[in-house]
Amino acid sequence: MSILRRNNVRVTGAATGRPVVLVHGFGCDQNMWRLVEPFLAEDHPLVLFDYVGAGRSDLSAWREDRYSSLDGYARDLVEVCEELDLRDAIVVGHSVSAMTGVLAAAAAPERIGALVMVCPSPRYIDEDGYRGGFSAEDIDELLESLESNYLGWSATMAPLIMGNPDRPELGEELTNSFCATDPDIARVFARTTFLSDSRKDLETVTVPTLILECEQDAIAPREVGAYVHAAVEGSELVTLDAVGHCPQLSAPEATASAIRAFLSSGAR
Amino acid sequence: MNPGAADDPDAETTGTGPAFSALLEDSAEDLYESAPCGYLSTLMDGTIAKINATLLGWLGLSREEVVGRKRFSDLLTVGGRLYHETHFAPLLRMQGHLGGVALEMRTAAGPRLPVLVTSTLKRGSDGEPLLIRTTVFDATDRRAYEQELLRARRAAEEAREQAEADRAQLREALAVLQRSLLPDTLPDLPGVETAGYYHTASPMELGGDFYDLFALDDTRTAFFLGDVCGKGPQAAALTSLTRYTLRAAMIQDADPVDDLRTLNKALMARYTGDDPRYCTAVAGVFERVGDTLEIRLASGGHPPALILRADGTAEFLSTLGGMLVGVLPTAQFVEVSTVLGPGDTLLLYTDGLTEARVGPDRELYGYDALRSFAAARAPAGGRALVDALTGLLSDFGDGLDDDTALLAIGVPATA
Repeated sequence: MSILRRNNVRVTGAATGRPVVLVHGFGCDQNMWRLVEPFLAEDHPLVLFDYVGAGRSDLSAWREDRYSSLDGYARDLVEVCEELDLRDAIVVGHSVSAMTGVLAAAAAPERIGALVMVCPSPRYIDEDGYRGGFSAEDIDELLESLESNYLGWSATMAPLIMGNPDRPELGEELTNSFCATDPDIARVFARTTFLSDSRKDLETVTVPTLILECEQDAIAPREVGAYVHAAVEGSELVTLDAVGHCPQLSAPEATASAIRAFLSSGAR
Repeated sequence: MNPGAADDPDAETTGTGPAFSALLEDSAEDLYESAPCGYLSTLMDGTIAKINATLLGWLGLSREEVVGRKRFSDLLTVGGRLYHETHFAPLLRMQGHLGGVALEMRTAAGPRLPVLVTSTLKRGSDGEPLLIRTTVFDATDRRAYEQELLRARRAAEEAREQAEADRAQLREALAVLQRSLLPDTLPDLPGVETAGYYHTASPMELGGDFYDLFALDDTRTAFFLGDVCGKGPQAAALTSLTRYTLRAAMIQDADPVDDLRTLNKALMARYTGDDPRYCTAVAGVFERVGDTLEIRLASGGHPPALILRADGTAEFLSTLGGMLVGVLPTAQFVEVSTVLGPGDTLLLYTDGLTEARVGPDRELYGYDALRSFAAARAPAGGRALVDALTGLLSDFGDGLDDDTALLAIGVPATA
């Protein structure tokens, strides 16, 4: 199985220019980027993919030990960059994938030349003077929420979504399929996302970095944005006039504008 | 009001009754406020713009506390909010509609309210999303039922795993027990080629076939093969008794007919009254004389032995008249003798082989087919013959539903 198929890689946008890799976070898949795509496609080749376990990736390639740490997700990102032989790419990572981008940039510095962190959080759980916004019990509650929404998974979703990369139309008939994931896989991704602590990794960032946060974000509050901004030397922080955790959907144009401005000025 | 309505049996259905009038007076506004489900409209940032009385009642909140002050996600548990932000909100943006999502709401009194939520995006004339309309159904009972289903599924999963483990353990125990009823290996005898095979029809059931072969002294060897009635643990107990009785009898006095009589007595004594147990068996002794084997054997109700000759023929060694062992105190057993020369082989088998079902009509394989099969392979050494028959048994597939034992005794062809 090639990496391109394993991660359901899609390359679109301009034929030449500095490549932009758009990386989805926990919850859905590469469809998260579809509203900002048109704003970036003119000047940049765009690379989109699904992590193994998400979207229309090859679920048979999923291994619990690999995807129980953010390093496993970072390896997916690095392997996609290697497969496409990207150089000096800009990695735009949403939510937990902002941190995946940090790990990938440290692992493959020649391939990743700049980072855009969309609503990042290096640590979701409150701890010793650090406020991430959540308690460990909150995360258990999320796992319950996941469970209660997966009653129908095994019977109907799995055979249609799993192992059908050749026939994407099968997945399209399903409502909610963008965010449908095997419950066991989702549980592992949720734990990895919300229990990880990547604060130390922020210090490793040496590439130009843009942090995008929302005015009001229930998952990554502004004090977390400020924390990341302070921890990544020379980073730029932009607060979008948007509510929620997904500005690429709720304010796609503003999100794209901020990224474009960063690319044309500070990304070098 | 129609004054005649009470007397008019058709009033309810013809639209003239008081109930129908009341329905007409039910305003859309009242329907919204007092609907049996919660209604909620929010701006695109989630700020609640409108909420109905039903939902306010469920949550124990006043309109003033909510409208313009809270976002939809503020009404959810923290875990629900995380789910909302990571799944619900993006999906709603991408699809414009989202149905049947299970969430939990926080009520002012404390307890959580399990709900099922459906949302639709309302767009303006330019296609831009304007607001989100949401209906909320109380899913308390349903969630309890689902929890029960989940619990039952987990219990079923655990029970299945336990059952599989138990089965594996039982299979292993049965295999050990089954092996204990057969010789580990056949003794290595100079100038004699022997081979045995046991086909187990089901790993979950003990079979009732048995065979054995053991040296009596420097020149004489005893052997037997048989089939007890039935299957399972009872048959295994009978097999064990049969095997060790015959073995002891043959060591004591190697006379095939006497030995079967001893077995007959033992079975009659052990299985009395309304639990008769019996078997069929061939017991015999062979003695090496020069380059031949002189064989005496006796049969009690067992299918005839088959002899493959060095000249390429195959014939049955008739023991007709021998009676089942363990049924009658005065049972008769028939003794015959034969001599095997170089290249000759004697085959003993149980009826699993001849009673296998073959072909589209599932006919009995039968004695003629067995003789032809053997003749086509004669002359054949004991090992080669048993190997060929093992292949035949395997080819029967599900046509073979009984255990089958094979024992071949031959004199190697001279070089």
